[in-house]
Amino acid sequence: MSNAPRLTALDALHRSLGATMTDFAGWDMPLRYASERDEHNAVRSKAGLFDLSHMGEITVTGPQAAALLDYALVGNIGGVATGRARYTMICREDGGILDDLIVYRLGDTEYMVVANASNAQIVLDALTERAEGFDAAVRDDRDAYALIAVQGPESPGILKSLTDADLDGLKYYAGLPGTVAGVPALIARTGYTGEDGFELFVEPRHAETLWRALTEAGAPAGLVPCGLSCRDTLRLEAGMPLYGHELTTSLTPFDAGLGRVVKFEKEGDFVGRKALEAAAERAATNPPRKLVGLVAQGRRVPRAGMAVVAGGQVVGEVTSGAPSPTLGKPLAIAYVDAALATPGTEGVGVDIRGTHEPYEVVALPFYKRQK
Amino acid sequence: MSNPQQLRYSKEHEWLSAAEDGVSTVGITEHAANALGDVVYVQLPEVGDTVTAGETCGELESTKSVSDLYSPVTGEVVEANQDVVDDPSLVNSAPFEGGWLFKVRVAEEPEDLLSAAEYTDFAS
Repeated sequence: MSNAPRLTALDALHRSLGATMTDFAGWDMPLRYASERDEHNAVRSKAGLFDLSHMGEITVTGPQAAALLDYALVGNIGGVATGRARYTMICREDGGILDDLIVYRLGDTEYMVVANASNAQIVLDALTERAEGFDAAVRDDRDAYALIAVQGPESPGILKSLTDADLDGLKYYAGLPGTVAGVPALIARTGYTGEDGFELFVEPRHAETLWRALTEAGAPAGLVPCGLSCRDTLRLEAGMPLYGHELTTSLTPFDAGLGRVVKFEKEGDFVGRKALEAAAERAATNPPRKLVGLVAQGRRVPRAGMAVVAGGQVVGEVTSGAPSPTLGKPLAIAYVDAALATPGTEGVGVDIRGTHEPYEVVALPFYKRQK
Repeated sequence: MSNPQQLRYSKEHEWLSAAEDGVSTVGITEHAANALGDVVYVQLPEVGDTVTAGETCGELESTKSVSDLYSPVTGEVVEANQDVVDDPSLVNSAPFEGGWLFKVRVAEEPEDLLSAAEYTDFAS
């Protein structure tokens, strides 16, 4: 197997725009084009354009597609209406999180599962293995799609100028097939920024046409191309978990404060049920640590892996941290001993290269858009 | 990007002005500022500190990472740029001007500082 990074269909375009590129899960992706702070602020106040073609699409079809997904994932996938999407997770038998996913129901017997780039192969393998005995087919569609996201308050207006699709009728976490700038696309009202926005799944050969049309249509509204750096600060402010940071195989959805995605009430068995029932009980009665937000009182920036401290003791660990352009302060998401996880708890700090910097414990998210 | 002719440069991407009354100004280059991304926090040496050529004397924190600040010369710090402490984005917007970091009374210079042309080659 080659170790050369994978390139998206928009690679040459990113380079012509002067993007700083970075390796992400084996893909060469834009980190930022100019200032990541400006890109972040554009998404909060206007609009930003993202290449997310590294995400892993897997199509599941067949009479028992829903039954397979109900068995393989922790969510109630059979209960998703056609045209809607669901945030869910795939767990191991021991309840550990293999990945967090968005599942789109494209038809009665057709679903698209979108996995994180770093986990796409793991999810594909797990679904393929779990499909045994089901009348359903699992198809690797990673090369079939490019994914372009337009996010921010101006995104509906920008997209409307390029499509006849009924965007007003398209709810959050829904998707419909349509045409954007003459290009066939699955138009989904999803995102990872805390803003209104759309994700457009298109054939890779159409990606550049779509990107250029969105750039042109969006320029008067202040749309700018955005890289993964601001995507991370946007999702952090919105309190959204990132696989490998807040979510890992050593944690269950209940440990991550996301037990609501586990649907015990759905019919039939599913992978991880037994372990997750125990995890739910543990989280309700005696949780070891809880996921919280931390807001810096100073200006030094917490990073993943730094210790959370109180009274000279290590009481937790930072999973994500960054300066927040919106709040103007450094923020962290951290797992903290349950006794210290209540918002407003005093005396909590982060060990930043030997100095214990004071932090305020807050509930997530840090930022919620005005609707 | 152009590196001012009148400055000299270290391989750790600091610039050093010609000494006036024995005092030189230190900053980081535009190349380094671009590589860091948006600088959000700077920790500078304090007035009276002795800094040593090639050794850490502070840190520069950007959105994604933290980097050590090295001193290009040995000497005593006579001024730290409070403006850049208050507004670290000056490092990005004016690395050779308002984004300077500290002034040092030079006791000893290393022999391997680069000219603008040499640094441009080195950093490209």
